[in-house]
Amino acid sequence: MLGWLWLVPTLPLAGFTLLALAGGRLTRRTIARIGAGSVDLSAILACLIASAFLGEFGAGGAYSQTLWTWMELEGFRAAIDLHLDRLSLVMMLVITGVGTLIHIYATEYMAGDEGYRRFFAYMNLFVAFMLILVLAGDLLLLFLGWEGVGLCSYLLIGFWYQDADNGRAARKAFVVTRIGDAAFLAGLLVLFTGLGTTQIEVLLVRASTEWPWGSGLAVVAAFLLLGGAVGKSAQLPLQVWLPDAMAGPTPVSALIHAATMVTAGVYLIGRMFPLFAQAPQVLALVGTIGAITLLLAALSALGQRDIKRILAYSTVSQIGYMFLALGLGSVSAALFHLMTHAFFKALLFLSAGTVIMSFDGEHDVFRMGGLRRERPVAFWGFLIGAASLAALPLVTAGFYSKELILSTAWSGPWSGDRVLWGAGAIGAFLTGLYIFRPLFLVFFGEPKSKPTGHYGPAMSAPILVLSALAVGGGWIGVPTFLARWDLSGTYPTSEHIAPELVAVALGLLGILVAYWIFQRSSDTERLAGLFRFGRWGLGFDALYDRLLVRPFIALARANQRDLVDLLYEGLARLARLGNRLLSLTQTGVLRWYARATVLGGVLVVATLILWAELP
Amino acid sequence: MTSILLLLILLSGGLLSWVAGRRNARLPRWIALVALAGALSWLLAFWSQTPVGLKLTGGPWLERLSLDWIPRFGIALSFGLDGLSLILSLLALFLGLMAVVASWSEIRERTGFFYLNLLWTLAGVIGVFAALDLFLFFLFWELMLVPMYFIIALWGHGDSARAAIKFFLFTQGGGLLLLVGILILVLGHFAATGHLTFDYFALRGTALDPQIAFWAMLGLFLAFAVKLPVVTLHTWLPDAHTLAPTGGSVILAGILLKTGAYGLIRFLVPLFPQASAALAPVALGLGAAGILYGGVLAFAQSDVKRLVAYSSISHMGFVLLAVFAWNALALQGAVVQLVAHGITAAGLFMIAGSLRERLHTLDAKGMGGLWAQLPRLSALGLLFAVATLGLPGFGNFVGEILVLLGTFRDHPTAALVAVTGVVTTAIYALALVQRAFQGPPGERTGLRDYGPRETAALGLMAAVSLGLGLYPQPVLDLARPALAALPGAGG
Amino acid sequence: MTTQVPVEHALYLAAGLFALGLIGILVRRNLIFILMSLEVMLNGVGLAFIAGGARWGQADGQILFLLILTLAAAEAAVGLALVLAVHHRLRSLDADVLSRMRG
Repeated sequence: MLGWLWLVPTLPLAGFTLLALAGGRLTRRTIARIGAGSVDLSAILACLIASAFLGEFGAGGAYSQTLWTWMELEGFRAAIDLHLDRLSLVMMLVITGVGTLIHIYATEYMAGDEGYRRFFAYMNLFVAFMLILVLAGDLLLLFLGWEGVGLCSYLLIGFWYQDADNGRAARKAFVVTRIGDAAFLAGLLVLFTGLGTTQIEVLLVRASTEWPWGSGLAVVAAFLLLGGAVGKSAQLPLQVWLPDAMAGPTPVSALIHAATMVTAGVYLIGRMFPLFAQAPQVLALVGTIGAITLLLAALSALGQRDIKRILAYSTVSQIGYMFLALGLGSVSAALFHLMTHAFFKALLFLSAGTVIMSFDGEHDVFRMGGLRRERPVAFWGFLIGAASLAALPLVTAGFYSKELILSTAWSGPWSGDRVLWGAGAIGAFLTGLYIFRPLFLVFFGEPKSKPTGHYGPAMSAPILVLSALAVGGGWIGVPTFLARWDLSGTYPTSEHIAPELVAVALGLLGILVAYWIFQRSSDTERLAGLFRFGRWGLGFDALYDRLLVRPFIALARANQRDLVDLLYEGLARLARLGNRLLSLTQTGVLRWYARATVLGGVLVVATLILWAELP
Repeated sequence: MTSILLLLILLSGGLLSWVAGRRNARLPRWIALVALAGALSWLLAFWSQTPVGLKLTGGPWLERLSLDWIPRFGIALSFGLDGLSLILSLLALFLGLMAVVASWSEIRERTGFFYLNLLWTLAGVIGVFAALDLFLFFLFWELMLVPMYFIIALWGHGDSARAAIKFFLFTQGGGLLLLVGILILVLGHFAATGHLTFDYFALRGTALDPQIAFWAMLGLFLAFAVKLPVVTLHTWLPDAHTLAPTGGSVILAGILLKTGAYGLIRFLVPLFPQASAALAPVALGLGAAGILYGGVLAFAQSDVKRLVAYSSISHMGFVLLAVFAWNALALQGAVVQLVAHGITAAGLFMIAGSLRERLHTLDAKGMGGLWAQLPRLSALGLLFAVATLGLPGFGNFVGEILVLLGTFRDHPTAALVAVTGVVTTAIYALALVQRAFQGPPGERTGLRDYGPRETAALGLMAAVSLGLGLYPQPVLDLARPALAALPGAGG
Repeated sequence: MTTQVPVEHALYLAAGLFALGLIGILVRRNLIFILMSLEVMLNGVGLAFIAGGARWGQADGQILFLLILTLAAAEAAVGLALVLAVHHRLRSLDADVLSRMRG
């Protein structure tokens, strides 16, 4: 069974190839069957492989499968290596499972779109690349998946290409993540030059044996890889692309920009964790970035009007929690939160999709209202998702994962860990506030317009399944499953009840404040104006625009004609000038020529007389 | 001797085209097609019969032939084929075939003369790759130049006559310096050993005074640098590539630039090891600068073909880095990069040519929203753009990553500057896709999408690019003995 | 015994004649006068040759003078023929009018 591992990413790839090459000859139903079916099959296969793996391997076991040698030269070998261990297993299941649900949802959501086939082709390609990313045993293959998902993200953000703004958002996403990718590439160069291989497992062993703890090379390599992770996971300072990425269709936002691609950075750090363990300064930086990002993003979410942008900033913030966990040395907590976040964030996005569909494409929460009665599935889905996000105690998956992170922070050995806890706790308050705000605005109160769009079982069923996961997902023993990757190597136990209670209380407080402001007060719109700065993304976009984008474009335009060419133009002009000057001597006048001849003759004779040594 | 046979096929094919063109304007393209297909098949058959990789015995040379020509000056007709020249010759013939396909309906006047020029340019290229006598090399170097000039001048668009002259002057100036450098080397060798020869193998390891060696090396370097092109000597390229007919651009970008790289690898460093090492810091700086400069300028262009032209400058910067890093990893990367870039640049130029044929403009302001009307063309355009920006899975990534891995070891700064180039590459490649294919649709109607012929040609090129990206080992194995035989490039 | 004319005197005269002829060519506009100046120049050169021959006591100088004389006569004939042709074409004997060799 394990030998079929290669089929898991290949099935969606085949789906892509079929859909891409088929032309216009396929019916909607066939496209949906191929598009959703390939991911579905992949998910089933992943489950079978998972059970086979668990039966055979223990905690530290791993299964490798080499497909072919990619490049082989003296001193360098890169292969298409697949590597399955508990870490990639969890990721594989999340990607295929949540991916299947979203694909099914999309078969109905995108039904009216003329780019139906193109949509599913790109989505399948994305799933294939994402699976390659998490299953890669060689860093170069991981990079292949890394770049591939970036490409698909670009294609899907700009899916409705007729609107130039979508194209711009897509390009922004790609370019910003490319900056991170450049850092990743640089880190890869350092790793290969220092350790002589790109195979991940070999690399990690060599890093821990050959590089001393805290050594410069390890710090540099880890720092550069962090740069890549920051770009892909939309953390500070490269978070600016994610809110604009909401220009893509909602299933895209759910799959790529909530559940999977943006978590690739978290996965990368988790996968390369032994290297990061050698560079404690970088780990501290990871935690700090996570903490700052989660707060800033939460503040930004408070000021948004567009329901998808709220969710986008929320994603940035939640990934901040994952980075926080990584910085504390707990890969298991980070991955646990990654999984629960995939469930409830996908749920939120799919529910938001039904909301948008119900209001015929409206995104502004201040133009909605009272949807609770008309669309119960959307309401309950959004409610459960919001509760999980706000970590409602005991009955939501989000509670367990967030509490794990916070308790790990509280009981951490370093002094700064308590600060991180503080950030996480404040974040819990803000989270409750920013997610229940749209809940009250959209589903309660007076309806500002009549909902018209309807949706069927293809859209409702995934919401129901995800709701169940968002509630019960916390009971899956992921942390113990992955405890081996943690810095401490053991499952973090929480002995302190008080900080847990404080965090829970803060979360509930946030929900209450949201209720008080947005359910009771009528002048909610003015309050949103208070947060205009947040809506503005805290100025990052404007800063980057002024500092980087505009100068770059100005520089490029200024040099459009290529300054270097001026040198050669100058030579050409000189030649033409010389031509003009010399042709002045060709007057055609006889006496002029006579004079010139005489002058020449005189010069020659004078030269001979004065300088030549005549015998 | 395979190379001589190829030369004969191409030269006579050209003449036959010309003669046939006087009677029937449609016959020459068929003759050219047959000639190139025949030559390519022969070379492919030759490749399949040669032992490659580590099984190769008796040195890296697959074939060699040497006949006396002008014994008084030590000039011989010395041809040789090793892995490196085989790979590049295959690329040349393949792209030549694509160029004929691209010119199929575009060239209507004086078709016979056009195909004469096309085939003779390719003959010059094959000769360049095969010549092992410096005088013979110089002869073929010049032979490449004149027919290309005619192609640009006579069948180009816009002010192509001026672009052609610029191209000619730059290359010819370089050629002059090449000749001077060669002569200095030969005479220096004569002074040292009393033996006058232009033979490549004999001239390797000539003991020259370092000062003199430097100037001779500089002569060769400048000639190859103009061709590659190295930034500051590159300004002939945008005009020439943009205004040339599609087939001309395909040959120019696809293969003519590679002759500069070949010259650097085969002649410059082996003949002048110490002098090249002295130049290395400058050259590495120029390579890294070229990657960025080409990238930024590509973004600034509104003409699609000009954008692709500047992207070629950017990509060739990687090759320059590899040559002066001079280790096995980097040089293998350079070889892959040469092939991969040849294919993707050719593909992009073919797509640009198709766009011009349909829209009668290549300015981005006149385009946009073409995806709906031209789905196949747009999809292929997207594919080649994505390959150009170095997406893993395509050949360009393999080339670039090998170059970077090889360069970083000895010259980390240059490699890091090159790494930042991935950002600029993404910016201009996506700008290209955006301007041409996306955005609101224009008012044009009735545009013809790609038919089977064009789809097959470009599809084949895309397949080769993907193959190179996912399984480059055959190319790497083929090039390995040749590169290992170069002095100092063992590891 | 005849007194020797010093060679220098003869050469000065020859130089002077040469210079005068040269100046005449450069300055005068009328074609006939240019030809006449040319003759003067040639005669100056001839004188130099005679002086040289006298100095060394050899006949070569005088032989060369005969050569120059012949040459001058032939050149004068051709020159006058050309002048006639010019006059027939352009109705003028002004050298500046002959400026069609431009560029």
